[in-house]
Amino acid sequence: MTAPTHPAHLQADVALALGDLALDVSLDLPLGATIALLGPNGAGKTTLLRALAGLQPLDAGRVVLDGLVLEDTAAGVRLAPEQRPIGVLFQDYLLFPHLSALENVAFGLRCRGVARTEARRRALAWLDRVGLGDRAGARPRALSGGQAQRVALARALATDPQLLLLDEPLSALDAATRLEVRRELRRHLASFPGVRLLVTHDPLEAIALADTLVVLEHGRVVQAGTAADVSARPRSRYVAELVGVNLYRGAGGQGTVALAGGAALHSPAAATPGDVFALVHPRAVSLHRRAPEGTPRNVWKGVAGSLDLEGERVRVRVAGPIPIVAEVTPAAVAELALADGGEVWVSVKAAEVEVYPA
Amino acid sequence: MTRPSRGQPRSVPVAAFALAAVAALFFVLPLAGLIWRAPWAAVGRELGAREVRQALRLSLVCSLWATALSLALGVPLAWVLARASFPGRRLVRALTTLPMVLPPVVGGVALLLAFGRRGLVGQYLDQWFGVRLPFTTAGAVLAETFVAMPFLVITAEAGFRSANRRFEEAARTLGARPWTVFRRVTLPLVAPSLAAGAVLCWARALGEFGATITFAGNFPGTTQTTPLKVYLLLESRPDAAIVLSLVLLGVSLAVLVGLRQRWLGSA
Repeated sequence: MTAPTHPAHLQADVALALGDLALDVSLDLPLGATIALLGPNGAGKTTLLRALAGLQPLDAGRVVLDGLVLEDTAAGVRLAPEQRPIGVLFQDYLLFPHLSALENVAFGLRCRGVARTEARRRALAWLDRVGLGDRAGARPRALSGGQAQRVALARALATDPQLLLLDEPLSALDAATRLEVRRELRRHLASFPGVRLLVTHDPLEAIALADTLVVLEHGRVVQAGTAADVSARPRSRYVAELVGVNLYRGAGGQGTVALAGGAALHSPAAATPGDVFALVHPRAVSLHRRAPEGTPRNVWKGVAGSLDLEGERVRVRVAGPIPIVAEVTPAAVAELALADGGEVWVSVKAAEVEVYPA
Repeated sequence: MTRPSRGQPRSVPVAAFALAAVAALFFVLPLAGLIWRAPWAAVGRELGAREVRQALRLSLVCSLWATALSLALGVPLAWVLARASFPGRRLVRALTTLPMVLPPVVGGVALLLAFGRRGLVGQYLDQWFGVRLPFTTAGAVLAETFVAMPFLVITAEAGFRSANRRFEEAARTLGARPWTVFRRVTLPLVAPSLAAGAVLCWARALGEFGATITFAGNFPGTTQTTPLKVYLLLESRPDAAIVLSLVLLGVSLAVLVGLRQRWLGSA
């Protein structure tokens, strides 16, 4: 049905309401790349994954994988989960506790009609690939977290799916094993030829494992692009906080960005009128105890709030007409007695305010 | 009211202890009486008697059939009650557990009215198929099933409810059809509950008296199961009745010990 000009890929238009969540997402994902779906808890990431797997029916929409229509509400088509060429790596792995590692991996092959001995042979080959050939007979409860994750990955891949869905694949692991498992997972993902979609709320995990990020908030895609793109030009408060920058939205034009509430940021980049984002890096924010003299165009008075140590710098939250986070040196904290709070002057050079269309 | 005892504060009043002791004795004394009066020397001889062996064998056969029937019908019922939502589900559940509180003799009367020769269904069974259930071994099995199946159903239903359904979802993403999911994932996950339910069901069937004697009668070799035999022997040969009672007591204790993990584990 799909035009031959499209190579194998996943095309999904998903609309569904579930409790407080209203999911409305369009994705067009290429083969051979890992896409991370990043978003805060409750954004609808897992629901989207379940919808693609067929575990959650769509209210409206269409999902096409490599020319195969998985679901099309307009046409009344809906393939059951077991009919979809999809592998899922669940957050808590969900290895069947009553089956051995080998039987877990062979399960999908058996369900798809592969003969018992052949299924076991292929399952064992998969366990070997993830380095667990010697644990074939072990029950899931005897496996470590990292091993269970690898068995679950082997189980998901053993049926040769065309789409691999990973739901927070590292979140069940402790920090020490996470690093090692992540490297391993990255290697296995790279060798999987189909579409790879990873769900996570951990930006580090997303950047480490994925080529492209899709940011989901309140059931909608707010931003998509490479990690560099997304962090250079955040398009939501959530992303700005992940990246650690100050982000404002306002009306641009004539060298200023007018923010809601009456305040304005001056920037030579705000030349064209329209709805824009203004981004200020915390390192570009200076704090003073007295009104500064000189060139900065953006100066206002605020109240110093909480301090956070980040590496060798200190992040200071300053309340005021334009709430902002400044990054200063520990020496400056001492010199300005910022730990005491109180009034401070904030200054930002106009050239340090980046402006881009919203 | 409270005072420290051996370094630990005592929070239960003495009067409660006394009453609790009376209650405990109330349970222990009859068993003690049974064991005290047991003709230990004659146990072998009594159990060897033809009519006693006949009753024991019949009990075993009937109770196993009743358990098999309960598994075959009760497990799907429990599954439906746990998983499907349909109008009247609560009513169905209430009706299926009713036999647990219904006087068994009433159950027997009800069975007669349903499956008796002039019963609601029984008249057609007789007319069309020549099948007569009352006063047959099949009738005894039916009576035991009626009384015992609820024990399996509620235990199995609790098992189905507590099983993590996400395992079933995982199985479906791996290509398993619903029936395969049930057979290869759900059933193994609830197997401990099913086993416990089956054992409870079997123990209840083994001890069934009221419904059996009302619906199936008291014919040696056909419907006279061990509890019926005990009741009968109490008049004529009390020693044999005591020995048979000991056998039933032993079975009950074995079931209790076998299921201790489930019910006495944390107590």
